[in-house]
Amino acid sequence: MSATTVPKGKTPVFYQLEEEHHEPGGSTLLGFWMYLMSDCLIFAMLFAAWGVYGTSYAGGPTSHELFELPLVAVNTAMLLFSSITYGFAMIAMQEQRKGAVQAWLLLTALFGAAFLGIELYEFSNLIHEGAGPWRSAFLSSFFTLVGTHGLHVTFGLIWLFTLMVQIGRKGLIPANVRRLQCLSLFWHFLDVIWIGVFTFVYLFGAMR
Amino acid sequence: MSAHPHSHAGHDHGHGHDHGHDAPHSTRGGYITGFLLSVVLTAIPFGIVMGGWIADTRVAVAICAALAMVQIVVHMIYFLHMNSKSEQGWTLMALVFTIIIIVIALAGSLWVMYNMNLNMMPGMASGAGM
Repeated sequence: MSATTVPKGKTPVFYQLEEEHHEPGGSTLLGFWMYLMSDCLIFAMLFAAWGVYGTSYAGGPTSHELFELPLVAVNTAMLLFSSITYGFAMIAMQEQRKGAVQAWLLLTALFGAAFLGIELYEFSNLIHEGAGPWRSAFLSSFFTLVGTHGLHVTFGLIWLFTLMVQIGRKGLIPANVRRLQCLSLFWHFLDVIWIGVFTFVYLFGAMR
Repeated sequence: MSAHPHSHAGHDHGHGHDHGHDAPHSTRGGYITGFLLSVVLTAIPFGIVMGGWIADTRVAVAICAALAMVQIVVHMIYFLHMNSKSEQGWTLMALVFTIIIIVIALAGSLWVMYNMNLNMMPGMASGAGM
């Protein structure tokens, strides 16, 4: 991106100038967006696997018998609430209210933890019913897709708590603002993936 | 938002020469609009499936898929603050490229595997019979 300001082949001088001009992390958000897009491709492949194997029950339980939609609806609500509370954390950040940012982040983390708890409860129920990932290709692709999303939420939670400590120690310094913006992208991205999961996995699976 | 003068003093964080638009300007109204739209767009498909509002499964599937697409766009605009200007349009470029790859991968996988199943199953059935 810096090629636009090269004068006439004075490369060493140019790099020196760029070092001073460019604030650290100036292109972090674009780079993080690139990471999210590649993450999106991982999920696309898992969705494709689900699309292919979603009805391969191998004589075992079917998605219609297994999926408990009320539980999924509660889970979806948890993730949606955590999205809006993260949004309020971003607004508090813009208004330079450090305490409010931390409070909203904590609330976001609680909703995220509730989501994970419900998901783990669902997984353990399935496994106790003998419908673990080893039962059929349908369940393998289900656990891989939903489990990968849950793993992302887990790391999002770790990131949330890390950021709360960082903000508590250093305040809303530019580096922490940048981290908040990256986590905002990550957290809302997970919600976008979940839209695909609850629609194409749970709702479509329950209709079969 | 009015809370930005600090950005211009001392260090030029987020408002450098080539990153004038990278700091998303979030507003309460934007988030609440996005949230309410999401609630509606989530409630309708759950209602369709759990309440059995639509008898024809194919119609129900089509409506749910369409609502999911709309909700993804809503999240992109109101929560992820996507627009054609952020990072000089490169985020949108990356998104468009990603969507193309996703469509190819999904449509290709489903198409190929569906045809393979069609062609394999009778052969395997007769093979098992023999």
